[in-house]
Amino acid sequence: MNTGHEYEEIEKQAKVKDILGKTVTYFLLSLWGVIVLFPFYWMVLTSVKSYSSYNAEAIPKFYATNPTFQNYIDAFTTVSLGKYLLNTAVFTIVTTLIMLIVTVFSAYAFARLSFKGKNIVFVLFLALMMIPNELVIITNFVTITNLDLRNSFPGLILPSVASVFYIYLLKENFEAVPDNLYYAAKVDGTSDLKYLFKVMIPIARPTIVTIVILKVIECWNSYVWPRLITDDANYFLVSNGIQEIRENGFGRDNIPAMMAAVVAISLPLIVLFLVFRKTVMTGVSRGGTKG
Amino acid sequence: MVYPLIDVFIYSFEEGYNSASQTSFGTGLYNYSYVLHDPYFLQALKNTLILVAITVPVSTVLSLLISLGLNKITKLKELFQTVYFLPYVTNTLAVGLVFMILFKKTAYTDGMINLLITAFGGKSVDFIEGPYWAKMMVLCIYTIWIVMPFKVLVLTSSLASVNPIYYSAARVDGTSNTRIFFRITLPMISPMIFYLVITGFIGAFKAYSDAVALFGTNLNVAEMNTIVGYVYDMLYGDSGGYPSYASAAAIILFSIVLTITVINLLVRNKSKR
Repeated sequence: MNTGHEYEEIEKQAKVKDILGKTVTYFLLSLWGVIVLFPFYWMVLTSVKSYSSYNAEAIPKFYATNPTFQNYIDAFTTVSLGKYLLNTAVFTIVTTLIMLIVTVFSAYAFARLSFKGKNIVFVLFLALMMIPNELVIITNFVTITNLDLRNSFPGLILPSVASVFYIYLLKENFEAVPDNLYYAAKVDGTSDLKYLFKVMIPIARPTIVTIVILKVIECWNSYVWPRLITDDANYFLVSNGIQEIRENGFGRDNIPAMMAAVVAISLPLIVLFLVFRKTVMTGVSRGGTKG
Repeated sequence: MVYPLIDVFIYSFEEGYNSASQTSFGTGLYNYSYVLHDPYFLQALKNTLILVAITVPVSTVLSLLISLGLNKITKLKELFQTVYFLPYVTNTLAVGLVFMILFKKTAYTDGMINLLITAFGGKSVDFIEGPYWAKMMVLCIYTIWIVMPFKVLVLTSSLASVNPIYYSAARVDGTSNTRIFFRITLPMISPMIFYLVITGFIGAFKAYSDAVALFGTNLNVAEMNTIVGYVYDMLYGDSGGYPSYASAAAIILFSIVLTITVINLLVRNKSKR
């Protein structure tokens, strides 16, 4: 009898401890959640406050008394935010498409075709991954300047269409496809190209989707290269655009309009992420680097 | 294939290279000595080192704690994971502006963070144009905010992949939670932590756009430049047009990063034995 009672007591204690632990965990996790979300909340909130009410609040309010969309209208009319967004969209789509074609074909070549010196070329390729980006950028900068491609889309796009890491990722994927499939296709008289499109690409689809997502994020947020290569505002991407807006956009203190521009820039990727949440997160944990 | 590397090496030894006329008057170590004596470079070096020393340990420990917490819960786990990942998909430059207005003091308001500080009895500081330590602090906070999503994501999945049999066995033996953490969890995920530390070091040494986002493009004046920022400023911009200096600085950065990575690898191999 006595032991049974003791057992109950211990179990009860363990339960209390468990609940306490869970509560603390949830509290701390929520705290970090608030830290992460607060800047986003603040940016949306500020963007719907009117200029006068924002500046009248010595202690900022956590809600907007008279929400207004005037700032968004300002952001698209007084500065060329629309142009920056369009430029970035064009840049992102074209770069991703060309990169995809380059990556698929080179991965296929490395995985399936055998040509002389294939292994040497591939090792050299991997060695490229070791070279830090900063060194490559200096050479690229000099090259592109000498080719007279500054302030042009080819100059922006060309250096980022080939990615060794993605080729490597896809090649591994292609190599996992059994050789027998290839021979069977050959016996049936399928051409290499048809085999690539009908068999390899559908099989490697998850990897390809991963690559596309990572590249889109990278393109949308790229700052360093576009800044070096463009000084004509007609070719600015959003990162440079927002910097330009900050430094000589709407008068220095029109922060609500600035925040409206920030929201407009951040929204596309956030929506994309929320829609493809699972794919993006698996993709990044497989091949992402940032931080 | 390794042409860019060689090219940069050549640039870095050419003295007085002029990108307009493509001429130089000789080769030597002058570029390196110029860069190493440039106060702006020394400032950038100091900033970068402080940034690395603070953000890498803090973000690694913090992300480990968060991942442990995430692994303990089942309800709302996906929601938390989604929220935590958001900073990864944001534009560094754009969201940096939000941090700037949160920390900035203007004629109209002290800014959100300063109001919080004064509410807790502290003294308000201008974090964006004020004293050096305040600016450094904002930069560190923003950098940590930006790098956390990736670390949390990677660590959470690696924690989840630890075989639960180990935990059950430990529990049967009545092992305490701290002991389980240090004897089972930590060793099991140590390769991942190690990977995060190395990429964290490399990433923090290349910090640049976060600083631009907070302090504007003229980082030298703000005393907030980083090594990579110095390289780009030398290449192009108001003080630009010196690919030789840029190359020399880039090579110096490369050697620092390489040395630290090698040290990391050595430490790891030693602790393995």
